[in-house]
Amino acid sequence: MLVDNRYSRQILFDPIGEKGQECIQNSHVLIIGVGALGSSSSEMLVRAGVGTITLMDRDYVEESNLQRQQLFTEADVENKTPKVIAAKNRLQKINSQTKIDAQLTDAGVEELEAIVPDVDVVIDATDNFDTRLIINDVCQKYHTPWIYGACVASYGVTFTVLPDETPCLQCIMDHIPSDGATCDTVGIISPTVQKVVAHQVTEVLKLLTGNTEALSGKLVAFDLWKNQQMELEVASLKDDSCPSCVKKIYPNLDYQSQLKTAVLCGRNTVQIRAGKHRNFHFDDFKMHLKQTNLINYLENPYLISFEINEFRVVVFHDGRTLIHGTKNIQEAKKIYYRFVG
Amino acid sequence: MGIIVNGESLELNQRIETVEDLLGHLQLKKKSLIVEHNQTILKMEQHDKAKVTEGDRFEIVHFVGGG
Repeated sequence: MLVDNRYSRQILFDPIGEKGQECIQNSHVLIIGVGALGSSSSEMLVRAGVGTITLMDRDYVEESNLQRQQLFTEADVENKTPKVIAAKNRLQKINSQTKIDAQLTDAGVEELEAIVPDVDVVIDATDNFDTRLIINDVCQKYHTPWIYGACVASYGVTFTVLPDETPCLQCIMDHIPSDGATCDTVGIISPTVQKVVAHQVTEVLKLLTGNTEALSGKLVAFDLWKNQQMELEVASLKDDSCPSCVKKIYPNLDYQSQLKTAVLCGRNTVQIRAGKHRNFHFDDFKMHLKQTNLINYLENPYLISFEINEFRVVVFHDGRTLIHGTKNIQEAKKIYYRFVG
Repeated sequence: MGIIVNGESLELNQRIETVEDLLGHLQLKKKSLIVEHNQTILKMEQHDKAKVTEGDRFEIVHFVGGG
């Protein structure tokens, strides 16, 4: 009974119908980032009956997430549960038929190249442009549509990138000042998230059900607080000599095997990721740490967290490390070398 | 001079000649954004050439990172 009725309202929606529903149930969607945007889009897609969803995120649940990241609970904060794990647990309760592939990892070139060829569409729910440019190039390489989405405060923006049709993110970024995007220091209200996701998920449903003529084709932006809605026709920004979508050189996929660091926007945190060839042994590391007297030590199956002076250090299974309490890369590296590597 | 930015009327008292001047006036200089001027998308290098005149319509869209 449940199965017969489950998607009836969506099937009644004419552009989808029985046939569209079947497409949705046979599809595989990759969601990169399971923060506010990723929580919301994954819930909508699971409820819509998508067959397989891969979630990719590097982080664990924190208290300040609860105001808008709808899949998470206070218990997840307490246990420092990785976002992909907390999300999977909740999503599986909503729809046990959807297969959820939870990947606790930083979305780098290697990780994306391993999954993007298998998926029908990619949703960008990340919080930084470095990752978006990698997504852009991987999706161009494997000819996969992806949907840019971002938000701060009451402002949101989204654009659907179709390989060989629309301009790609690299084309667009070449025509705007490159001083980096607005940082997350102005906060956000949760309706902003929902409106971006409403656009992103609708575009996904159009793509999955073959309704490509209904795609927006425009750069959509809005400010909910200021009651503004903008739609720009950006086809003219397609660059005939774009290294990503025309020349297919994919400049954003150049892999350097050295240590990678990133200051996480608005969070007073530095992320450190070891190079490709370095083997990290989590259990040895754990044994070693236990011989040291550390404050507020916590471990769960996915990570270890402890404090040292004014810093909190979180080390994941693969050795990826977050140093909270600093924006200074050198200072963070010093702590990393002392405890992790 | 009166113009429209993102659907809202804006009265400019200062001397503003180019889109570059307008972005400066709106404190949006060097921000990651795209400007549509009377339904034509401007490339970055056109900002200091495109003239602002009475009744012009602008749509200004920022690229933000959060998610």
